[in-house]
Amino acid sequence: MLDACGVESAEDLFAHLPEAVRLRRPLHLAPGISEYEIVDYFRERAGENADGYASFLGAGVYRHYRPVLVDAVVSRGEFLTSYTPYQAEISQGTLTTIFEFQTMICQLTGMDVANASMYDGSTAVPEAAMMAARITGRHRALAARSVHPEYREVLRTYALHQGMPVEEFGYVKDSGVIDLEELERKIDDQTAAVIVQSPNFFGVIDDVKAAAEIAHRHGALLVVVFTEAVSLGILEPPAGADIVAGELQSFAISPSYGGPYAGIIATREKFVRQMPGRLVGQTVDTHGNRAFCLTLSTREQHIRREKATSNICTNQALIALMATVFMTVYGKVGLRELALQNTAKAHYLAGKLKPAFTGKFFNEFVARVGNPEAVNKTLLKKKIIGGLPLGRFYPELADSMLVCATETTRRGEMDELSDALRAPAAEEVLA
Amino acid sequence: MIKKVRSHPSQNEALLFERSSPGKGAWQLPELDVPAVDASVALGAANVRAEIPGFPEVSEVEAIRHFTRLSTWNYAIDHGMYPLGSCTMKYNPRINELVARIEGLAWAHPYQPEALAQGAMEVMARLEAALAEITGMDAVTLQPSAGAQGELTGILLIRALLEKRGSPRRKILIPDSAHGTNPATAAIAGYVVENVKSTDTGVLDLEALARAADGDVAALMVTNPNTLGVFEENIVQAAEILHAKGAMLYMDGANMNALVGIARPGDFGVDVMHLNLHKTFSTPHGGGGPGAGPVAVKKALEPFLPTPRLKRVRGKWAWDFKRKRSIGRVRAFYGNFGVLVRALAYILAHGGPGLRNATVDAVLNAVYIRKQLEPYFDLPYPAPNMHEVVFSDERQAKLGVRTGDLAKRLIDYGFHPYTVSFPMIVHGALMIEPTETEGKLELDQFIDAMISIAKEVETDPELVKQAPHSTRTSRVDEVAAARKPVLRWKPA
Repeated sequence: MLDACGVESAEDLFAHLPEAVRLRRPLHLAPGISEYEIVDYFRERAGENADGYASFLGAGVYRHYRPVLVDAVVSRGEFLTSYTPYQAEISQGTLTTIFEFQTMICQLTGMDVANASMYDGSTAVPEAAMMAARITGRHRALAARSVHPEYREVLRTYALHQGMPVEEFGYVKDSGVIDLEELERKIDDQTAAVIVQSPNFFGVIDDVKAAAEIAHRHGALLVVVFTEAVSLGILEPPAGADIVAGELQSFAISPSYGGPYAGIIATREKFVRQMPGRLVGQTVDTHGNRAFCLTLSTREQHIRREKATSNICTNQALIALMATVFMTVYGKVGLRELALQNTAKAHYLAGKLKPAFTGKFFNEFVARVGNPEAVNKTLLKKKIIGGLPLGRFYPELADSMLVCATETTRRGEMDELSDALRAPAAEEVLA
Repeated sequence: MIKKVRSHPSQNEALLFERSSPGKGAWQLPELDVPAVDASVALGAANVRAEIPGFPEVSEVEAIRHFTRLSTWNYAIDHGMYPLGSCTMKYNPRINELVARIEGLAWAHPYQPEALAQGAMEVMARLEAALAEITGMDAVTLQPSAGAQGELTGILLIRALLEKRGSPRRKILIPDSAHGTNPATAAIAGYVVENVKSTDTGVLDLEALARAADGDVAALMVTNPNTLGVFEENIVQAAEILHAKGAMLYMDGANMNALVGIARPGDFGVDVMHLNLHKTFSTPHGGGGPGAGPVAVKKALEPFLPTPRLKRVRGKWAWDFKRKRSIGRVRAFYGNFGVLVRALAYILAHGGPGLRNATVDAVLNAVYIRKQLEPYFDLPYPAPNMHEVVFSDERQAKLGVRTGDLAKRLIDYGFHPYTVSFPMIVHGALMIEPTETEGKLELDQFIDAMISIAKEVETDPELVKQAPHSTRTSRVDEVAAARKPVLRWKPA
């Protein structure tokens, strides 16, 4: 090969680089190690993380069972090691599964169209807000404080340089649902998007219908966010939403310390050309057979460049495939049953704790525990990771934690949690 | 004549919704160990949906067959060479998949106490350090989800620093050979895009740059090696021109596979850059994602990096949320951790010397393809190439056959097409990147296929224009798809 390339050594291939740019020393990285040692290294690191703990953490990342079929499918090299399906003739596998994904997301959310995935729920929110701004020609966003706090942080980062002021409105202290009066006060004729989450960050099923009514009366679009996709198995889809921005982590995507997950944006037919991200559409091949391909790409960065609807390029295809397999495995009946089990578990737990809000909830809720940090410390000794202390995000809820129960939470663990909360050590802390 | 493949039956498969029947399912749930609840009481009657109309109902066997059959309709790296230029389709080691699924890593919750997340944080810290060494930069954030979000992060960092120095400025300069994400990113970060022409030899035009680089320019976004696979030989001078005007040099690291161990952006004047772990560091593309787009910066930009940052406190890792000058979060939590684990596994497996060898092999493979194909295809920019080579279809176009046709014909020979019609500065581009993954056997088969197709263009151009002939799906009507979009299945 060297002869064919007309060089004496492979080093000569770099001879044209200016000397000033060359690295004339080895990289300061250890020599390579074998497969066996790599497994060892990561097993050791895994051992430094929580191992064998029960957990009541939710807050946007949920512990659901992953059916074995999911990894059986996504481990196939044909899905794992293929690229974005630009060459439709040899990518019908990926394209067909994305078309099915888009369809199932529409069925779940009640929307007309869904894209082929966004990075995650948190980045879907600013994309939805920017989309609403393009559609309405307005530039303000109004987000509920009960939207996931980290999602709102991401929204602020994106909005800052879009000339998009982001304001927030609160929740009702007793029920935990959005404060409609405050929304009514703050919305104006420059509001492009009203952004609410349901179930909201506190787990409370929010008043999407009322938010839609107010938003639409002022000519704004309603963006509805969800972080717990399993809830859609039993809850009414967000009627009145113009854009749904959600996170599918619950659909067989392991928590993986925060990612990779898959977000979605779904919307009404009339807004499809303002959507960000990839879309797969149905068409035919030259023989008239049904076929699928990426479509409406004139919205996208590789065609429109600086005029694109978004800069997104890579999405979460393989993760979306996990969700697709999950939705297929559970199906129409199973997803409902799964959602019902989650409801039953969380409501059993709530019966033993002191929920802070009266609003209806799905599989997580805010519990008043006095000093959440101290309670959690006690729990850790019993190998239980308690709920998320809320003071960090909501100073007014510093005495509370967000606790979650899913189908994987055992009754015994929930009893232990409530016992620990009643134990003398916790009582002391509470006193 | 076509040695690599011959035809083989592939099964038909209906959509899930078409093969559903009521009562079927593949799910299992344990007996409930708490009292069941009445959904309308627990959730509120108005909140409970009647059903999910149209949602699939299939058995487990039907489900696995469905997805397995569909999978056979895909081409993949595991099938053979995938020479998409600028996409760096290298082998995805399976060890990466295994370690990312180790329970203590895969099931770590982002909010679990820091004391119980030390292993995950150590993995991230080690990867940050390795990427800093590889790029020659001072600090790395692993938060961005993919390359385009890395770009956005990088440009927001520049904006923040310039703002602190007095003005964020107004313009971003972008060469005409750039990826589409560059201008799209600049626009989202609130900048006006100004294109800069390349020289006749396909590299940055220093004179044009000096003219364009006025006090209103925030940065130049450059890919190096550029999308022609050519190293920007004037990069050091370009950096000097920009720095003299108080502007910054942003590098798109999409083509870093040509540089690892050979040259470091931090040493040639780059202020901020992103990496695509799903390109250079072997994490799988998975049909379009997930990726990860870490951003590496020089010291001056470090205070602005997204929150939170890893820090060492009394011998333990902790997350630092109190960073006053930070641009904020670009996504929830800390990044695509599962992708980061895979990238670190790749770095550990190769080690320093192995990473450099991979670069040398990647460049050798691309130069070999160039030398073998030069007699058959037009090479518009003859400068020495690195990890990829860009031909044009000029000779074939005279006979009515375009780059897109050549690409489709390549499918019949058992290869995934190269990147078609990009970069835009080459009319009818054929952008070929073999990566270090390919051995001489596969390269020679690819070269033979390309030469054979070049000959077919002369003898039987229609054969090439109607390609592919051997796939279960022939050319698809993309125009019809866009004219009347059908974006979801509906019952007939």
